[in-house]
Amino acid sequence: MEILAVFPPLVAFLVAGLFGKQIGDKGAQFVTCASVILAAISSCVLFGTIALQGEPRIVVLANWISSGDFIVNWSLYVDQLAVVMMCVINIVSACVHVYSIGYMSNDPSKARFMAYLSLFTFAMLMLVTSDNLLQLFFGWEGVGLASYLLIGFWNQKPSANAAAVKAFVVNRVGDFGLALGIMAIFVVFGSIEYDVIFSAAAGKAEDSFNFLGHELHAMTVICLLLFMGAVGKSAQLGLHTWLPDAMEGPTPVSALIHAATMVTAGVFLIARFSPLFEYAPLALQVVCIVGALTAFVAATIATTQFDIKRVIAYSTMSQLGYMFFALGVSAYPAAMFHLVTHAFFKALLFLGAGSVIHAMSDEQDMRKMGGIWKAIPSTYMLMWIGGLSLAGMPFFAGFYSKDMILEAAWADHTWFGNFAFWMGIAAAAMTAFYTWRMIFLTFHGKPRADEKVMANIHESPRVMMIPLLVLATGAIVAGSLFYGGFVGSAHETGHVYDSGHKENYVNLWDKEHFWGDSLFVLPQNDTVEAAHHVPEWVKHLPVIVGLLGIALAYFVYIRRQGFADRVVRLIKPLYLLFFNKWYFDEIYERVFVRNIWRIGRVFWKTGDKRLIDGLGPDGFASLSQSVARRFSKMQTGYLYHYAFVTVLGLLALVSWFMYKAVLQGLI
Amino acid sequence: MVHVQSGIAGVDMIDFPILTLMTVLPLIGVLFIFLIRGDEELVAHNARFAALYTSLFTFALSVYMLGHFDGSSADFQFVEKKEWLPSLGIFYHMGVDGISVFFVALSAFLTPLCILASWDSIKTRVKEYMIAFLVLETFMIGTFCALDTILFYVFFEAVLIPMFLIIGVWGGERRVYSAFKFFLYTLLGSVLMLLALLTLYFQTGTTDIPTLLESPVARDMQMWLWLAFFASFAVKMPMWPFHTWLPDAHVEAPTAGSVILAGVLLKMGGYGFLRFSIPMFPEASAYYADFVYWLSVIAIIYTSLVALVQEDMKKLIAYSSVAHMGFVTLGIFTGTIQGIEGGIFQMISHGLISAALFLCVGIIYDRMHSREINRYGGLVKNMPKYATLFMILMLASVGLPGTSGFVGEFLSLVGAFTVNTTAALFATTGVVLGAIYMLTLYRRVVFGPQEHEDAANMPDLNWREYSILVPLVTLVLLLGIFPNFVISRVAPSADRLVSLYQSGLQGAVIQQIEPAAGFVADLLPMPEVIVNE
Repeated sequence: MEILAVFPPLVAFLVAGLFGKQIGDKGAQFVTCASVILAAISSCVLFGTIALQGEPRIVVLANWISSGDFIVNWSLYVDQLAVVMMCVINIVSACVHVYSIGYMSNDPSKARFMAYLSLFTFAMLMLVTSDNLLQLFFGWEGVGLASYLLIGFWNQKPSANAAAVKAFVVNRVGDFGLALGIMAIFVVFGSIEYDVIFSAAAGKAEDSFNFLGHELHAMTVICLLLFMGAVGKSAQLGLHTWLPDAMEGPTPVSALIHAATMVTAGVFLIARFSPLFEYAPLALQVVCIVGALTAFVAATIATTQFDIKRVIAYSTMSQLGYMFFALGVSAYPAAMFHLVTHAFFKALLFLGAGSVIHAMSDEQDMRKMGGIWKAIPSTYMLMWIGGLSLAGMPFFAGFYSKDMILEAAWADHTWFGNFAFWMGIAAAAMTAFYTWRMIFLTFHGKPRADEKVMANIHESPRVMMIPLLVLATGAIVAGSLFYGGFVGSAHETGHVYDSGHKENYVNLWDKEHFWGDSLFVLPQNDTVEAAHHVPEWVKHLPVIVGLLGIALAYFVYIRRQGFADRVVRLIKPLYLLFFNKWYFDEIYERVFVRNIWRIGRVFWKTGDKRLIDGLGPDGFASLSQSVARRFSKMQTGYLYHYAFVTVLGLLALVSWFMYKAVLQGLI
Repeated sequence: MVHVQSGIAGVDMIDFPILTLMTVLPLIGVLFIFLIRGDEELVAHNARFAALYTSLFTFALSVYMLGHFDGSSADFQFVEKKEWLPSLGIFYHMGVDGISVFFVALSAFLTPLCILASWDSIKTRVKEYMIAFLVLETFMIGTFCALDTILFYVFFEAVLIPMFLIIGVWGGERRVYSAFKFFLYTLLGSVLMLLALLTLYFQTGTTDIPTLLESPVARDMQMWLWLAFFASFAVKMPMWPFHTWLPDAHVEAPTAGSVILAGVLLKMGGYGFLRFSIPMFPEASAYYADFVYWLSVIAIIYTSLVALVQEDMKKLIAYSSVAHMGFVTLGIFTGTIQGIEGGIFQMISHGLISAALFLCVGIIYDRMHSREINRYGGLVKNMPKYATLFMILMLASVGLPGTSGFVGEFLSLVGAFTVNTTAALFATTGVVLGAIYMLTLYRRVVFGPQEHEDAANMPDLNWREYSILVPLVTLVLLLGIFPNFVISRVAPSADRLVSLYQSGLQGAVIQQIEPAAGFVADLLPMPEVIVNE
């Protein structure tokens, strides 16, 4: 069953990739969709056997690398954490695969597109089912590759190529940290297998090791290095600049990779390594602060963007920030919960946006939309569902998970927990605002598109709407359905946690029993438990600010049109800061990109050409030439020249011997 | 006449001198080519086929050898030993162990591909060209099989001659400058190595490598000998700052010349470090280790940055080779099992990847006669097969997991991290820089709008080019997913190397009491040797 849940996408990739021409577009679409749906069904079955009944399972496929103590297997390790991820990946992927049949119907290279999607799915599954860090790294880079290929899918477009390279390189900067983290773990633990690492973690909680010449707390160093990888992949503040540009890829890609799955790999990584992070409080603090800042900054940017996909992209970044600060306050179950609900509603929003773009003849600028809600009512409805869920309105999926995160942050009772809570509240208000700003700009008001586009508006075909309905169902029910299992308190349901008797797990629907040993929280850090006992105002605040955000959007964009412009004029500098994405790209361009090229040129022209070659071979050659020329000039043919030199040499010789004799005291 | 060392029970033996056969076989091919007569067209045609069949047969022998290689033994295998210069105690001594066996196979694998790659692109003096290549193959295989220092030296130096000719005769416009630069650089190092080999002979009275591995050398002597060997191997690798001959040589060499240069010749430096420097002079290796780390780190960062600004495809890949070799030297001088196995694997892997990348450049060079990156763009439209294979190789060069490029790089870094976190940290930045220059190259050549009509209308791979690239790409992927095929066979020899190194260092603890090698310490301001216990 594990193999059925992981390998069909690989087979599909190979078939569609290698024989795309032979089997044709239809064949490739069928093979890829069928295999991912098969994988999705298999992972749901696995969810039943593993998540609901406890025992993790492992399938060792083959040995990968054995070098001394450095031993790594290809294996499938499926525990609760992995199976949750597998379900999310496969279900969303299946939806996106099917949706792509419709969305890419006018594209000349359909087989290639489907093959890349399947490759991505496979790599992501390898990432989450790994039982060691290196296979995780394989998947990690594999999804990066698929992301690179899909962002640059329209490879005749220079902007798409630039975005693809940027995504790969910025991710590599994060991977640099992850790779070092893996090496550090190998040095500290002597292994990179999860089992060995996690069981030794408590014993090494106080260990230090020598890093860059300093004796440092081993856990903190390791966790910060791993976190660097997560920052890159999950587009947290600092290494986030690739994500908005990644919207150059086709919209199904944005939904699958840059919203629902790949960008959550960082969250998964930290949740997976909760047994280490729990012993590295400083690292958790950093995670929390970075997450909170990301949630806030990204939300501010989202309020000012006009490209519908970029708004959703910044929203994704912001929601990932929520997940990270949840991780930072040890609320791993809450982060995973939000990961799941977010996957559904964000994929829904992206695919809905794709449906809008499709209807508007590939227009993405919201300033050229408006007044189309009557023309595409189903898409409009679905966007509302996605929006309500994103804004955390009661009974939609996002409500449960976002509230849980905010409550956990508050319940942490630390300065950074409080910081994250208030940042999160501010971001929640902005989230609601920019979501309805997007909905109002896109669907309401007067039509701003030209007549040709307006005449051509049409609802998307059924093959695109059915996946949307599946995701919409998830965006509505995933919250209430999984609330108990993911974050529910064992004490509230009356079950008593007993780690000795795992057979009792059956049908116990609370977080301890559900997650089992796959997530680790020190008892004093159990903020999710504490979140069940926060004051009422904490529980209600997110919804209240969300409603205020919606009201504000309604006021600005429906009731008082033109009001927005006045506000913008009033806070011009702030608006420009947000609109220009806090100038990250510009700063990086100045500080890094240009200088790297400049240094390269200096090394080449001055270092290689002038110094090394100049002093080395070329210098040697010209020196020997000039010496030879001088010697040949000396051969003048005049006897008195030679005689003169002979006398000179004799004199020199005699003086040298005399000098030596004087030194030795002979004279 | 030939003594074949018996393998362990249950392992097949080969009862004929396979190493000598593999070394001599190309020369027999040369003989045949010499005998070819007739009009020019026919001679060229026959010479091509004669060279191809000879090299294919040699390759088949190398596969046979790999199949019979006992991967669980650290001993030299298929050993042949007979008297050569008995008055001096010099033997004709051949044999392979885990360290060398894959280099022999790599040489035998790349030669037929090179001959195929030169099929149409070499039009003048085809006969002489093929002879040069086969002679080159003999010397390469001989270098990796030789178990006698004099024999090794002869092969090691002789390699220069056909390579010099290949660049100098069939090269590009500035071929004479490049050929001489290449020759001068490598010869200078070699002279010092010859001195060292002679010193070693007078010190120990033997030129037998297996015996030398067991004979400890006094510490202060090690310091000098190490430097002399280093001069030769560092140029070959090439390590920064002895690398500037490489871009020029690559740029001017014909495609196949670049392939062999990057694929095999560079590995001779690394092989030399593993065969001589580390096991014979362990104390000196440990003493100079920090020095090597920093040269490696500089090589990785410096040449990656230089690669970034290149406008010539071959130069870019040449510079990337220097960076990749930086990982090798970084790994093997850690003296850790991961570092050494990683270094060896990285060399094998780079031998495949860089060879294939140069072939990729050669394929479009044959069509456009330009190496300028700017002259290309949008190739993917007309050349999808080419784009796909080039993509895989580009990713392998970047070190993507699942390709062979990852395994060697990562293991080397793991080895480095265990002994020097700072060097490892700086070296790891190479993976970011590598991604930048390779992706940029690929993007500018293969993707983007089709700005040049002639470049856009080039035909896709023909069957010959396809059959050259596909085996390479397949191996790169297979070794990325199942690298243990190589690592497990290397492991016993690598283990023995590590133990030789470690035991050599343990002797150092006693010797440290004596004030030895003061002059070297004066010469190079470096920290005292730290013995890893």
